[in-house]
Amino acid sequence: MTRQGNIIYINGPVVKADHMEGFMVREMVMVGEKKLIGEVISLENDLGTIQVYEETSGLRMGEKVYGTGKPLSLKLGPGIIGNIFDGIERPLSKIYDSGFKFIPEGIGLISLDEKKSWDVEILVKPGDILKSGEVFARVQETSMIVHRVMVPPGIKGKVVSTVKSGSYTIQDTLVVLDEDGKKYELKMYQEWPVRQPRPIVQRMPIEKLLVTGQRVIDTFFPLAKGGTAAIPGGFGTGKTITQHQLAKWSDADIIVYIGCGERGNEMTEVLEDFPKLKDSNTDNPLMDRTVLIANTSNMPVAAREASIYTGITIAEYFRDMGYNVAVMADSTSRWAEALREISGRLEEMPAEEGYPAYLASRLAAFYERAGYVKNLNGSEGSITVIGAVSPAGGDFSEPVTKSTKRIVGVFLALDRDLAYARHFPSINWLSSYSSYISILKDWFEKNVASDMMTLRSKMMRILQEENKLMDIVKLVGEDVLPDDQRIILEVARIIKTGYLQQNAYHPQDSYVAPSRQYSMLKVIDRLYDRAYSCVKKGIPLSKVKDEKLFSDIIMMKYNATEAKSGLFQELTDRINHYYDSIENLYKEGRADES
Amino acid sequence: MKVRYLKLDKAEGPIIIMDEVKDAVYGEVVDIEMSNKEHRMGKVVQIDRGKVIIQVFQGTSGISLNGVSVSFSGKPMEIPMSSEILGRIFSGMAKPIDGAGEIYSHKNYNINGRPMNPVARLYPRNYIQTGISSIDGLMTLIRGQKLPIFSGDGLPHNQLAAQIVRQARISGEEVASFVVVFAAMGIKHDEANFFRKAFEEAGVMSRVVMFLNLADDPVMERIITPRCALTAAEYLAFECDMHVLVIMTDLTSYCEALREISSAREEVPSRKGYPGYLYSDLANLYERAGMLKGSKGSITQIAILTMPNDDITHPVPDLTGYITEGQIVLNRSLYQMGMYPPINILPSLSRLMKDGIGEEYTREDHPDVANQIFSSYSRVQEIRALAQIIGEDELSEIDRKYMEFGRQFEEQFAKQDFEEHRDINQTLELMWELLRILPEQELTRIDPSLVKKYFRK
Repeated sequence: MTRQGNIIYINGPVVKADHMEGFMVREMVMVGEKKLIGEVISLENDLGTIQVYEETSGLRMGEKVYGTGKPLSLKLGPGIIGNIFDGIERPLSKIYDSGFKFIPEGIGLISLDEKKSWDVEILVKPGDILKSGEVFARVQETSMIVHRVMVPPGIKGKVVSTVKSGSYTIQDTLVVLDEDGKKYELKMYQEWPVRQPRPIVQRMPIEKLLVTGQRVIDTFFPLAKGGTAAIPGGFGTGKTITQHQLAKWSDADIIVYIGCGERGNEMTEVLEDFPKLKDSNTDNPLMDRTVLIANTSNMPVAAREASIYTGITIAEYFRDMGYNVAVMADSTSRWAEALREISGRLEEMPAEEGYPAYLASRLAAFYERAGYVKNLNGSEGSITVIGAVSPAGGDFSEPVTKSTKRIVGVFLALDRDLAYARHFPSINWLSSYSSYISILKDWFEKNVASDMMTLRSKMMRILQEENKLMDIVKLVGEDVLPDDQRIILEVARIIKTGYLQQNAYHPQDSYVAPSRQYSMLKVIDRLYDRAYSCVKKGIPLSKVKDEKLFSDIIMMKYNATEAKSGLFQELTDRINHYYDSIENLYKEGRADES
Repeated sequence: MKVRYLKLDKAEGPIIIMDEVKDAVYGEVVDIEMSNKEHRMGKVVQIDRGKVIIQVFQGTSGISLNGVSVSFSGKPMEIPMSSEILGRIFSGMAKPIDGAGEIYSHKNYNINGRPMNPVARLYPRNYIQTGISSIDGLMTLIRGQKLPIFSGDGLPHNQLAAQIVRQARISGEEVASFVVVFAAMGIKHDEANFFRKAFEEAGVMSRVVMFLNLADDPVMERIITPRCALTAAEYLAFECDMHVLVIMTDLTSYCEALREISSAREEVPSRKGYPGYLYSDLANLYERAGMLKGSKGSITQIAILTMPNDDITHPVPDLTGYITEGQIVLNRSLYQMGMYPPINILPSLSRLMKDGIGEEYTREDHPDVANQIFSSYSRVQEIRALAQIIGEDELSEIDRKYMEFGRQFEEQFAKQDFEEHRDINQTLELMWELLRILPEQELTRIDPSLVKKYFRK
């Protein structure tokens, strides 16, 4: 049977064709003479509705639709890391190398480089029994990542033959399996439909911190490996910089960065910067652990809808190898808008603000693909999903933010007022939350310090206290408050400028390890305790607040270099010394003479 | 000979619908000949079996269902380009209206453009000196950036744009290749004349290309105007290696035209009746700014939009802000206080500034000083709010210094004459001057070594 549809309707990315009886829902199709790539989204009698992943201008009525017989799938194998793909895994660098500075239509379904040779180390021998997911070969894909070539899910059997370790392309058969007479030829790559989560053995409890080196996140709103987080914020509040910081510094093994409906220059920035930035532990370029998926805001909208799934499927593939993967999606709102646009063109009944009724369930299904899991091959891996949300008008009650808030574990609310004051990261400490704090308590005790979380709650209390006091200050000014309240304002100011604010462009401050975060907290805590007790003893605030000491503590984030590791001790000593001396002064009643 | 169709099914607002059309191409341009031999242009926006929906750029008034003849070109809209376009004035549909004849070229360009491959882009890194302190110091314009002006009705955004055109400087030897592409969408005749005069006075008229769709021109043409202008910009930047500054005004009129066509097509609206694809549509314009590997030219975009009711959360400024690389926000109360340019620096921002200023480009202290001014000026706002309640005399000493800082900032720094040109060093010195009003320990955003070098001299 020749499976060919016949185009009868075109409206933006939505195309309808008749004679589509033989097609499947979610089947990948080629549309028109240019063979644009599309996906069947619904069938009714002989009529099929298709969303097209490329620009449809120039498509003619009556052109054909060709089936491929399989759902929209990705090729998963060596060549992914360090690369940049469009929303359906077509390598943009290869498109550029073929002479396209602008993205043309109809370039077909190209994917991983099939000509490149990889050094393969075969790990099995004839006679071995392999299960689904088991690793049968290794490839050093980049300086940082060993690609563990796995038996695809659903396939198992006895090894009949293998090639020798050596240089092969992804098209070469490496191992032949036999299951009850059925032969499988295993290559370096496998295919997997993007919309289907890859199978696992079971989910494991979340218990490890995803170290990001960002003080406000690690200390106050920690992320967990296998957890989910949302970063909502209006334009200009620093979503993208926060995402870039997480991509640069978080201690995941692999970063999948999905630029979904955002600016072209931002992707270019990552492409130019990451190869130059070095990983703090291994000194290898950060690009060697990064995958970029780019669907910029002017690229076709249907591919934007797919880009999120492409990204998470790649993440799952590396998770199956036993890696900790972090997925940054910037921004999930653009993905939701793509859903809305397609839904509108399908003339579906809109729910809130024109979004389709299935928005919340699609969002939930996406975030649920995160997790800390036991893989088919027995290894453990994780996917952490961090999605930026761009609420219309900066209003957090809009549907995408609302639906996301219900699902995620960490909510990092970016605040316009903080951003206007250039307080970055502009994460609002009063409206953000992390539900992983109690789960991560043990991790902090074991890996940082036993009182880290106690300190956190103490600092949080000071900040909350300050917020209440500021309501009064806004009405009557600071001077009328009693000294024991004014000292809270002063310490809160140190926490805000000296600790919560972090300069992404300062070499000392861009990344701060949790142990150093702890040391900084300890200094602030000591200052607060000593200053507060002095105030309680009746010593006036003007004496308690030593300008030089306070400003040196604010600046400690810039001054604590590797070479000056003793700075925190030095500051603690200075605090002790200073308050010892004024306490003595007042005890002896000689204050007025000094 | 080409088939001409003689019967329409429906004509309403900007839309005509025809039936039994064979072989229509999505997005193709059609020619509509009316009974009085007038020609109009349309574009196929939807195909449903034989039924074709066509958007008519000049509107449907005067069209009768039987008296027209429609032919399909099979191609998207294309316009001819050559370096002859410099110094010329075109209509919103790229027809010459200065009486100097047609543009002849062997090559036509599709006005819709294509998305730039992110791999082919060159990250913008060098700044343009505008001579305006607030912009150069605090929201530096970078070559290849898209930085819109968010304004309101009656605010002096046109003056500001004209001043930028007159004063913009890029590093020395490349000045000769600096050109301006101007796209007007629904602005008034006197505004268009203002720009023409401003370009003449600045002596750049021979290096300007103008595309004018004025307030009394057909509304639907507005959808084409910026696309023609950006096609011209791409041609000049990437084929003639020129540095192009594109000024588009007013994007709000453009979006309203888009809303009109959307509602005529009975599409599901999203916020405030604007179509759900407004974001993608605007992105198709804004993302055509930038630089390409292997080309010497660049496209820098300054889009002007008026915020309805001065509301920055309105869909047009809101979606724009999410696409563009920052924004310059004008403020009505500053303007009423007699300040020019009335730039409210706190919501204003240049995202690309961080990579185009500092040691290699402007001066090493620039990033920190800018950061400090933002933070101090936002503190001024808090203190002013307090002073309104308790009176300035009751403020603490340090707060009074901030009040003084705020006053000096507005009087000495932000305020600037329309004719005044300050170079980047003057601007940076002014910034340090302001910071010297404050005690040194307030400068928490500046690296201590820079404070030592610049603050205490």
